[in-house]
Amino acid sequence: MSTNALYRTCPSTGLQYHKSAETLMKANAVAGVVFLLIGGILALLVTLTRWPAVHLLPAVEFYQALTAHGIDMLIFWIIFFEIAVLYFCSSTLLKCRLATPRIAWLGFALMIIGSVTTNLAILKGDSSVMMTSYVPMPANPNFYLGLILFAVGALLGCFVFLGTLVVAKAEKTYQGSVPLVTFGAITACIIAVFTIASGAIILIPTYLWSIGYIGHIDPLMYRVIWWGMGHSSQQINVAAHVAVWYAISAIVFGATPLSERVSRGAFLLYILFLQLASAHHLLVDPGISSEWKIFNTSYAMYLAVLASMIHGLTVPGAIEAAQRRKGFNKGLFEWIRKAPWGNPVFSGMFISLIGFGFLGGISGVVMGTEQISIIIHNTIYVPGHFHATVVIGTTLAFMALTYFLIPTLFKRELIWKGLARWQPYLFGLGMAVFTLVMMGAGTLGVARRHWDMAFTGAALGYEYPGSAYLLMGLVGISGVIAITGGALYILITVGSILFGKKIDVPGYSEERSVALRAAPLESHGSIGVAGFEAPGTLVFALLFLTIFVVYYAINWKYLASVWPLG
Amino acid sequence: MSSLQPPAQRLWWKQPLDRLEGTWIVLALIWCLFMFAMMPYWHIAGKQNISNEAYRTTPEQYSAKAQAMVDKYTVRTLTDQQLPVVHPPAESDVYLVARLWQWWPLLELERGKSYRLHLSSLDWQHGFSLQPLNVNMQVIPGYEMVITVTPDSSGEFTVVCNEYCGIGHHTMLGKIFVVD
Repeated sequence: MSTNALYRTCPSTGLQYHKSAETLMKANAVAGVVFLLIGGILALLVTLTRWPAVHLLPAVEFYQALTAHGIDMLIFWIIFFEIAVLYFCSSTLLKCRLATPRIAWLGFALMIIGSVTTNLAILKGDSSVMMTSYVPMPANPNFYLGLILFAVGALLGCFVFLGTLVVAKAEKTYQGSVPLVTFGAITACIIAVFTIASGAIILIPTYLWSIGYIGHIDPLMYRVIWWGMGHSSQQINVAAHVAVWYAISAIVFGATPLSERVSRGAFLLYILFLQLASAHHLLVDPGISSEWKIFNTSYAMYLAVLASMIHGLTVPGAIEAAQRRKGFNKGLFEWIRKAPWGNPVFSGMFISLIGFGFLGGISGVVMGTEQISIIIHNTIYVPGHFHATVVIGTTLAFMALTYFLIPTLFKRELIWKGLARWQPYLFGLGMAVFTLVMMGAGTLGVARRHWDMAFTGAALGYEYPGSAYLLMGLVGISGVIAITGGALYILITVGSILFGKKIDVPGYSEERSVALRAAPLESHGSIGVAGFEAPGTLVFALLFLTIFVVYYAINWKYLASVWPLG
Repeated sequence: MSSLQPPAQRLWWKQPLDRLEGTWIVLALIWCLFMFAMMPYWHIAGKQNISNEAYRTTPEQYSAKAQAMVDKYTVRTLTDQQLPVVHPPAESDVYLVARLWQWWPLLELERGKSYRLHLSSLDWQHGFSLQPLNVNMQVIPGYEMVITVTPDSSGEFTVVCNEYCGIGHHTMLGKIFVVD
């Protein structure tokens, strides 16, 4: 079976790359970064238009740019990169050859063809339907066709990942159970299969509708199933970036999970409950019962939120325990003060973790509450929330991982190390302000996907309060800062891959090693405070819970002040 | 690098629970269950809930009902376009039409009185966003949602469309006047 499989071992990390898998990882990661670049340029145009004092684009181009920005970022950039992560977590971590590289290339080709097709349809100008493409607003048939081709390609990537797990098991390339990070990637892959199936179920009929073979697509049914793709695809991101957080804590600190059981159990909760969240988008829709909404929006009693709260504790908890074992054991916070804040792999990951939890997590649960959705639905609060989850959470985690991958996968030294130190701060903190002011403007009623908050040319007028204009101005400024951070990332990574100093590594051979079990740790007794091995993390977690409770209460109070509805 | 390696123990699911994790799981689970309970609780004790009353409709049926209301209760018109302002009786059925790119007609309601507000679209999806209160509902063609609203503040309120509906989206405004 494993004929002609060539491997190399990275001398500094000990990671083993299968040659075919390595090329595929590079291709997918590079394709992802290309779409990040396109999406980033569009982001600048969108931001500068929503900044009231600049109001850059005319309406037609604004809606066109916004449609492309959403799809290029949320779907193409992230999923290309995720396919690379899946191959890394299977082939590299399990020290196994990648199953069927040819099918993986076919998947890659379909993803490229699909993403280009959809982008061309948007560029043509008759598909400015936003990422959601709610029927009955029509788009060019190629818009849907491109998404379908991309999804089929991504599905092939998932199957290659699953196939590699089977090969690894059969050829005994690892001892015992798969690593935690691979377990997280399996979670992401399972959610991805569900997501792509939902996408196929709704986009294929919609494509047939757009070319005239089907007469009618029910708009409410469309919303229910489309969000089975639209929201679940963001849950792939959650599972993937949590896996990346665990990976980076292991890479930078040698961290071991506090307990495998709890971290894996939390991933299992994701598999069982995370997909229910498509309901978040349907809370103020007609024709869906409150029972359905409450059960689904809460992921069955918030069990997926529980899982995220567990990861939010166990990732920094594992870092804290690792730091304390290294001797940074003084007081509550020495471990975090002495963390390598100048290493972008760590700083990016940690800002991602904090931003995802404090900004994205809390706002997501609050606005996913059935009744609170009334005061948030479709305001600019919503993109505020998901820029915190997907941009600070996923994108920044992937950026941090890239700084690790450039030497080990691309065999290049990082250029501009000084700038790279600052990049996660510029991007992460710029984005943090961006999401906060967007949420603030949403609370004042500013609509999302809206070209002109001054309503120029409308028969009737409306004036938002001055504070809403101020906040949207800050959206513009902080957006530009974050985009500068994003541009730096692209310059540094592309520059490193092209012009970075080559790292000499041993060549390929058919020899390979086996992924060995981690060495058992000595007992935890000697570190920590008061029987807790990561007490500083517990303090952070309690701070998080306090903010969560207060913010949740504030929103109910605000809801109670609007007109009685029923 | 042990999160990247197979776990040390073969039977990882038998690993005892750490004190830190145990404490946090209990706290987080209590909070999750509380948040879950809040939603049914608000249906019983709260005053702001999303109605579960909705019907299938067609653009023809819905616009006929709205037209009948406008013919009966129009009290004045506004702007060059002669937009009708409708003052329906309290407790009655009030029809608000969403269409490209208009909320029609304009409504005049009385403070403290309840109305059965119907919402539907004649074409694409729209978003009912009442400002400055910031009350938001999805409006979907083919579906007629009925919400009982009780305005408890008076003044001029604006309905902004906050579901993207094409090139005129940002000009789609309506009005609800609440009089004492």
